[in-house]
Amino acid sequence: MSTATLDNNSAALNAAEATASHLVAITLRVRRFNPEVSADAEWVDYQIQVDPKERVLDALHKVKWEIDGSLTFRRSCAHGVCGSDAMRINGKNRLACKTLIKDVNPEKPITVEPIKGLTVMKDLVVDMEPFFQAYKDVMPFLVTKGNEPTRERLQSAEDRERFDDTTKCILCAACTSSCPVFWNDGQYFGPAAIVNAHRFIFDSRDEGGEQRLEILNDKDGVWRCRTTFNCTDACPRGIEVTKAIQEVKRALITRRF
Amino acid sequence: MQIHTYDTVIVGAGGAGMRAAIEATKRSRTAVLTKLYPTRSHTGAAQGGMAAALANVEEDNWEWHTFDTIKGGDYLVDQDAAEILAKEAIDAVLDLEKMGLPFNRTPEGRIDQRRFGGHTRNHGEAAVRRSCYAADRTGHMILQTLYQNCVKEGVEFFNEFYVLDQLLTEVDGERRSAGVVAYELATGEIHVFRAKAVIYASGGTGKFFKVTSNAHTLTGDGQAAVYRRGLPLEDMEFFQFHPTGIWRMGILLTEGARGEGGILRNKDGERFMEKYAPVMKDLASRDVVSRAIYTEIREGRGCGPEGDHVYLDLTHLPPEQLDAKLPDITEFARTYLGIEPYTDPIPIQPTAHYAMGGIPTNVMGEVLSDNTTVVPGLYAAGEVACVSVHGANRLGTNSLLDINVFGRRSGIAAAEYALAHELPPLPEDPAAFVEEQVARLRDSTGTEKVAELRSELQECMDANVMVFRTEQTIKTAVEKIGELRERYRNVSVQDKGRRYNTDLLEAVELGNLLDLAEVMAVSALARKESRGGHYREDYPNRDDVNFMRHTMAYREVDANGVESIRLDYKPVVQTRYQPMERKY
Repeated sequence: MSTATLDNNSAALNAAEATASHLVAITLRVRRFNPEVSADAEWVDYQIQVDPKERVLDALHKVKWEIDGSLTFRRSCAHGVCGSDAMRINGKNRLACKTLIKDVNPEKPITVEPIKGLTVMKDLVVDMEPFFQAYKDVMPFLVTKGNEPTRERLQSAEDRERFDDTTKCILCAACTSSCPVFWNDGQYFGPAAIVNAHRFIFDSRDEGGEQRLEILNDKDGVWRCRTTFNCTDACPRGIEVTKAIQEVKRALITRRF
Repeated sequence: MQIHTYDTVIVGAGGAGMRAAIEATKRSRTAVLTKLYPTRSHTGAAQGGMAAALANVEEDNWEWHTFDTIKGGDYLVDQDAAEILAKEAIDAVLDLEKMGLPFNRTPEGRIDQRRFGGHTRNHGEAAVRRSCYAADRTGHMILQTLYQNCVKEGVEFFNEFYVLDQLLTEVDGERRSAGVVAYELATGEIHVFRAKAVIYASGGTGKFFKVTSNAHTLTGDGQAAVYRRGLPLEDMEFFQFHPTGIWRMGILLTEGARGEGGILRNKDGERFMEKYAPVMKDLASRDVVSRAIYTEIREGRGCGPEGDHVYLDLTHLPPEQLDAKLPDITEFARTYLGIEPYTDPIPIQPTAHYAMGGIPTNVMGEVLSDNTTVVPGLYAAGEVACVSVHGANRLGTNSLLDINVFGRRSGIAAAEYALAHELPPLPEDPAAFVEEQVARLRDSTGTEKVAELRSELQECMDANVMVFRTEQTIKTAVEKIGELRERYRNVSVQDKGRRYNTDLLEAVELGNLLDLAEVMAVSALARKESRGGHYREDYPNRDDVNFMRHTMAYREVDANGVESIRLDYKPVVQTRYQPMERKY
């Protein structure tokens, strides 16, 4: 690498830092709900100063830590790998820790509300149990028959690549709670469960594919998908969710996987 | 208050907790309590791999791995434990593969392996490919695979239950574990879990630092719960600073990036690690690399207008290799820094990463109440524990290994203990401590704010007990922490409700961080030498004569209710390796 690249890079960083060092005023418009206080949800505006390069999660923390400690949301890792903080930000499902303020137009109020289709428990916290139940229903584990080998099962790099995309899922529910079919009918397994079924159906080591496909052939299974691509747009891990669902549908027809 | 009864209760559902749960559930009636949902645990943030001398791609054996672990830990490692870790590594990886973990593969279809810091062939000759990996999301795949297998085994989880107290009871003149007390986030209700055996697997304490790779939730709850009950904490002065955190944010960029050929450079574009570690260069152990980075920065060779970081350079690696082997960390650089790693180097700085110390255990995961005595029915595994396989500095990829080897061991040992013993009686009024703690925090009208105290603590820790320490800086930290602990008595929360009161729990967590920060600083002050992650500028050499021993810190309360920390020491278990000067 040339020093020139380093200099360019420092220049780019200097410029970035110059813009970042001045804080901007934003309005964070949060959907608040606490049944201990009121049966109705309401929008509450918070005026705060933030660095535009900070995350929406940082802005939520700023409100919680400096203005109103009762503002409630889930979070843990703060960099998009634990899946705790999926929420609707400006009407779109995202992780608050992977969304920078500058990317959601800080000029206007930034709206933050809970993901849809799951019961709101308090503020941005929803009941995740139905989501995890759908996941558990698709047998999300390797099924094998016969004797285990002494060493590892062999798998070619190509066979491993076949299901690579769907192994990235962090179970954040951004996809499932962006799906109009799921909003209208909570019985539908939803995209995340199908993604996790896909991860095993297309794993060359797995021998439970037929059983798993029968589960997904159910009236609440893959056929409910109307390919609106909301799930693919929502996935913070960049998984091609709709494509995975289509591949499961095709496997159901051809019984080849 | 509800009372539940189980054979085995596991606190925490990360890698160690779920690996233990798979074993314990097969053998005994088991409950797993986690303050999150299992898949939110920070095991999922681990990236680079899990060490095991599979020898799939080149010659390797467990003895070399044992040596590297001991040398990496600057000879503070208990050598019998390191040998178990390295020997059982091979089956631990194969077990995960059989559970379904999608490891990267060699052209022959075997588990692929790559280089990692401090892992060498033949006792330091050259870097060896020992890390088994799944792209740069190995921890994610381990967490998912273990959760999948917990679903398969029907493991019973209590999600969003915060364990706030450890119950001990006197039976036949000895202290035994009687269970734990937990706070249910959804309802604010307090639950007592009676159990014959309890396993702590609740992770680390990194949140007492400001720049850290740790999740917001890593607040040392398990360590604090047992410490408050008079049990010791071991080697708490040893904390690992990972060399490559994203500048200012601390987000981890795996050492696997250097394992794949990434290079650290200063502002002159110089590959400075050649000066500090001629053989292993960028793949020296983490404490060595982190000190080298700060030395460069202090001597004016740092990058940026403030000269406060260096670069991780991946620009010479083919984009296809970055896409295939390091997709997540390159994405982090794009998302959080707006930098394209194909063409631009990534600004990094060391980030507080891993607690080598913790709850002392033997190799079965049994918790110790002094240098030798076991607390019957009490176990710990993973980052919360100190076996000690990491000594003064953990090697990369040895923590994903630790959670699997010692998670499994403690799961089996706890369940077998539970099957062979009666349920111990509960202490009188078992929930009293937690009820009082929760009521005090909820009802307090004090003027101190949790976020302010926490932020002052983090600033203080970063400034005084990070990569470089002196008597003076550590004393400053001890004093400041004392002041913060005093002010903490006057802390109040705004949310007075019972439903999902995270405001209240952040206050509880801050209390834990303050207790543990004090133990860390006091332990560091007394260790007048430099070893592994603990570097004293006023005592820059390792002192095997006086300090080849583990620190054991006990909380003591005198008749007037005044708390203090008593330090004691425990010998290091040495088997076949004599301490040598550590060079990479």
